[in-house]
Amino acid sequence: MWEALAFRAGHNAAVVALGCIVFGLAAGAVGCFVLLRGRALIADAAAHATLPGIAAAFLLALPLGLDPRALPWLLAGGAVTALLGVVAAHALASSGRVKDDAAIAVALSAFFGLGAVLLSVVQALPVAGQAGLSGLLLGRAAGMTAADAATMAAVAGIALGLLLLLRRPLAALLFDPLQARLAGLPAGALDAALLGLMLLVVLAGLPAVGLVLVVALLIVPAAAARLLVVRLPAMVALSAAFGAGASHLGVALSASAPGLPTGATIVLVALAGFLLALLLSPRRGLIAAFRRQAALMAAARAAAR
Amino acid sequence: MSPAPVPLPLPALSVRGLSVAYGREPALWNVTWHSPPSGLVAIVGPNGAGKSTLLKAALGLVPRLAGEVRFFGAPLAAARRRIGYLPQRAAIEWDFPATALDVAAMGRYPRAGWFRPLPRAEREAARAALAEVGLADLADRPIGELSGGQQQRVLLARTLAQEPDLFLMDEPFAGVDAATEEAILAVLHRLAEGGRCVIAVHHDLSTVPRAFDHALLLNREVVAEGPAATLLSPENLARAYGGRLRAPG
Amino acid sequence: MSFVALDLVPLLAAMLACLACGLVGNLLLLTRQSLLGDAVSHAVLPGIVLAFLLTGSRDAGPMLAGAVLAAFAAALLVGLVVRAARLPPQAAMGIVFTGFFALGVVLLEAGVGRRVHLDLDHVLLGQLEALVWPAAEGWHSLLDPAALAALPPEIRLIGAVALSVPVVLAALWKELRLLAFDPEFAAVSGFAPRALSALLLAVLAVVCVAAFWAVGAILAIAALVAPPAAARLLARSYRGQVLASAAVALAMGAGGVLLAGALPWLAGWGFGLSASGMVAVAGGVLVAAAALLARARESR
Repeated sequence: MWEALAFRAGHNAAVVALGCIVFGLAAGAVGCFVLLRGRALIADAAAHATLPGIAAAFLLALPLGLDPRALPWLLAGGAVTALLGVVAAHALASSGRVKDDAAIAVALSAFFGLGAVLLSVVQALPVAGQAGLSGLLLGRAAGMTAADAATMAAVAGIALGLLLLLRRPLAALLFDPLQARLAGLPAGALDAALLGLMLLVVLAGLPAVGLVLVVALLIVPAAAARLLVVRLPAMVALSAAFGAGASHLGVALSASAPGLPTGATIVLVALAGFLLALLLSPRRGLIAAFRRQAALMAAARAAAR
Repeated sequence: MSPAPVPLPLPALSVRGLSVAYGREPALWNVTWHSPPSGLVAIVGPNGAGKSTLLKAALGLVPRLAGEVRFFGAPLAAARRRIGYLPQRAAIEWDFPATALDVAAMGRYPRAGWFRPLPRAEREAARAALAEVGLADLADRPIGELSGGQQQRVLLARTLAQEPDLFLMDEPFAGVDAATEEAILAVLHRLAEGGRCVIAVHHDLSTVPRAFDHALLLNREVVAEGPAATLLSPENLARAYGGRLRAPG
Repeated sequence: MSFVALDLVPLLAAMLACLACGLVGNLLLLTRQSLLGDAVSHAVLPGIVLAFLLTGSRDAGPMLAGAVLAAFAAALLVGLVVRAARLPPQAAMGIVFTGFFALGVVLLEAGVGRRVHLDLDHVLLGQLEALVWPAAEGWHSLLDPAALAALPPEIRLIGAVALSVPVVLAALWKELRLLAFDPEFAAVSGFAPRALSALLLAVLAVVCVAAFWAVGAILAIAALVAPPAAARLLARSYRGQVLASAAVALAMGAGGVLLAGALPWLAGWGFGLSASGMVAVAGGVLVAAAALLARARESR
């Protein structure tokens, strides 16, 4: 594990670790905007809705003569159905009777179910490489090639770059959507851009974290950072660092125990950090809240006497 | 006005040293107040003064830091059947699949008790309560299809169906038209004449002296209380609102 | 032989699990807590795995207890995160249920899974096909005590849950309706909304366990959300909502399993499709159909 942490566990492992770190940076940074704009649930639905696209891409690659294991091809398929899933959820919620959260849950489960059906087709085919597909469910860093890691880093890097470009209007959207609209900012287009960034992060995270748990990397580091700092730039920086650290440590841990799915390990590492912040944060931590409550209660009792 | 029957001897609601905080900000601090045993009572004060919080804390709907609450001299658990509550209309999900009668009938649930379906007689009592607020014709209408004023009257009917001695009402006139306000006020006056106590969180200072008997002026702490006709003096209002308002009318 | 032995139990399991989940899902949908179903269906995994780990048995009792405890722990944690950290409930639930699920996955892969014959594919994608009844020789086996004794234990659990859930919901019909419509009024009228909510959470955990064995942890969400969502688009009364959701639940369970069997047969493929996945797809299709129907009705 120490070798893996210090990038000395071989060339391939080092490249994979670097890919995961870039992903963690992007997830932490983009996650702040996802969290503050209330898009966590949509991100989860989009992640689950990649499954049918990935399986369909695998199936389509055979007649097209493509390599069904090529990660960029699979991710492209996943992106298509993820977008379809988000559109379906929107369409259902716009009917008015079914609220957002239920509409998103319906889309998530129906698309994931379709993915399960297509996956059962894939698994019945006499071709190699199906194992790689189920690795995308919960992440398998051990099975990643250097090319996979490069794809992951590239997708996450694009998300980071775009976020850097759009940081000012996106921040304006977070603080006061109405004001942003009045100031001439296209709120709808910005929300679409945020959705795009979120989707890039989700896709980048599939090989290492997997589609079931990738949403955790969008919200856990951001939530932990929010517990600790007030201003948005500080929150984004801290969250990005936290995301990168959790990814790196999680990958190294899972490398030392080959049975452990990488995604679950990364999520548990991130969660441990979040729980520490939740307990100890001086402003929003549980201990501080408990003390404040006790002090208020004592003062109120004294006043009543 | 017909003479009221023998007034109940104890204050309908009495709070002592009540403090409530949301997070780190106190919403109510050391409030001690005894309502009259009957009549129409307005709770007034600026936004964020803790008016709704006072009702909710009294009913145990929000946790309190300190303080004691009595209804007719008894703790909440013993007085539950004598208390009716009308929440803010905005706090309700009106898209719920229910008719006006379904909602009014909820006021009779305590009489049926746990695990038992509502007897037909109780449902008829709820229908009578709807008639009392002028909604007999709309009993079977889904609540989502009612106007704001009608929805407010459905909530009032539900509270009437409880047949309580003390009515706690959170903004009963919020967002209703003048005609509905008059209709609701007429019902409240009938209740007061029948010896009941109605305590209502109220926004419109101009109607307080005319429509209410008694008032409590609140701004996190008790600013003043007394007969509604004289309570809203310029000095008292300045103390509650910081000089931003003048005495009504 | 083949239908009763191979398909009857999966068909019943899917229909009954969807029925139990769909009925409970109404209360989640009407209180805008559909996300809680999402959270609990994930959170029961570590509860189930830990119950195996501690008792070493696959009995229903410890498993249900573990799931209920895990659901309570998750709900408590969500409440703490929302109140203390002032994060939106959506995010708090996301944090807690991914964390619980990750813990369950790690426990499972750390060796518990092999001891209890539970693998990740089953958890993630469901394996209705595994619920075969090899002792059955035909319809008459339904009357044969020896064959009945050899039914897969999962279907007993699912059946018991599917029978008890409607009983609980009927006994507390007016109480739960009051809780869903106006919990503050419920509190003031003495109908203990906290106790009722806790009971509802326990029932939710129990139906999630039933669905877990039928369609897996993730597709359980479909069973919790799709029937009430479709019913919401069609029904106007509370009773209509509940009855319509039950019909949709049975239809999605049956439709999913039958389609998964019939489609490959019609296409002449030599393999079966995932019935669990198809159940979720059927749920989505029924919701979409209900939405179209509602739109057509409104424009008329």
